[in-house]
Amino acid sequence: MRRRPRPPGPSPGPPPASRPPPAAPGYLDGARAAAPIGVAAFAFGVSFGVLARSAGMGRLAPVVMSLTTFAGSAQFAAVSILGAGGGVAAAVAAAVLLNLRYGPTGLSAASALRGPRWLRALTAQLVVDESWAIAQGDDGRIDRHLLVGAGVVLAVGWVGGTAVGALAGDLVADPASLGLDAAFPALFLALLAGQVKGRSRLLAAAGGAAIALALMPFTGPGVPIVVASLACLVGAWRS
Amino acid sequence: MTAAWAAVVAVGLATIAIKAAGTLLLAGRTPPPRARAAMEHLAPALLAALVVTQALGGEHGGFAVDARLAGLAAGAVALAFRAPLLLVVTVAAATAAAVRALG
Repeated sequence: MRRRPRPPGPSPGPPPASRPPPAAPGYLDGARAAAPIGVAAFAFGVSFGVLARSAGMGRLAPVVMSLTTFAGSAQFAAVSILGAGGGVAAAVAAAVLLNLRYGPTGLSAASALRGPRWLRALTAQLVVDESWAIAQGDDGRIDRHLLVGAGVVLAVGWVGGTAVGALAGDLVADPASLGLDAAFPALFLALLAGQVKGRSRLLAAAGGAAIALALMPFTGPGVPIVVASLACLVGAWRS
Repeated sequence: MTAAWAAVVAVGLATIAIKAAGTLLLAGRTPPPRARAAMEHLAPALLAALVVTQALGGEHGGFAVDARLAGLAAGAVALAFRAPLLLVVTVAAATAAAVRALG
């Protein structure tokens, strides 16, 4: 289960009685709310760096990918397909399809962003599932300060962790002996559990799994994942 | 350019464009409800497919049943007990490693 952070505010722990809660959250509030997830992002970045290295990506490419793509599930998907010999096209297609959800997410954040176009586009890069969840108020509106504070903490943890993992990748002789290949399906299952809200999404997940199972005996790795994306049409059909 | 760099550049550019598009091109406009609903169902469909292919995929296509499945099952149990993401993954990896060491 992807941990949804509590909405920022006075909820965790007893609030100091003498001071009233601040009227508007600042960058630091977002950073503070994201700190525990930032630590997890670092550890996860290390594992991404190690896995990318073991998939033959070298040292620099994983770090550049974490810096530019900055989206865990898509990066793990691309690297696992590359590592399984699935080819560049399938790896790119799966990662891009996974990141398409940042279209609607970015849309919901659009009204909160300020400044010139380049600054808004840059700030939008900090939108990931976790920072987006932290920045959401009770009314579903996005707070820019929380988004930026949380996004920067997560980015530093993710990219820093990737660098450490990519550099230390040599120390991991055989990823299979450490069970790292089992970490992938468990990771995706945990991310999936956080995504399955309601019956139509459960149907989409079941459809995706069924399509993948049906195609796996006949195609190379990667193709089943891309075709499985068609199961998202369940959403359009049921809406 | 190696395959890894090609993937890094392509995925990076596409992701940056997707994230920016939401705030720039679509600001003030909304995609049709059906398209939006389909987009919201992309992640569950893809993640489920990734679980299946990563747990059962063979080296060169087809199926292969090995310690990964035991790891995934252990991870699912941890998930059922509401363990955090990192613990779920660690339990899965440790289980698979233990099964391999014993087998």
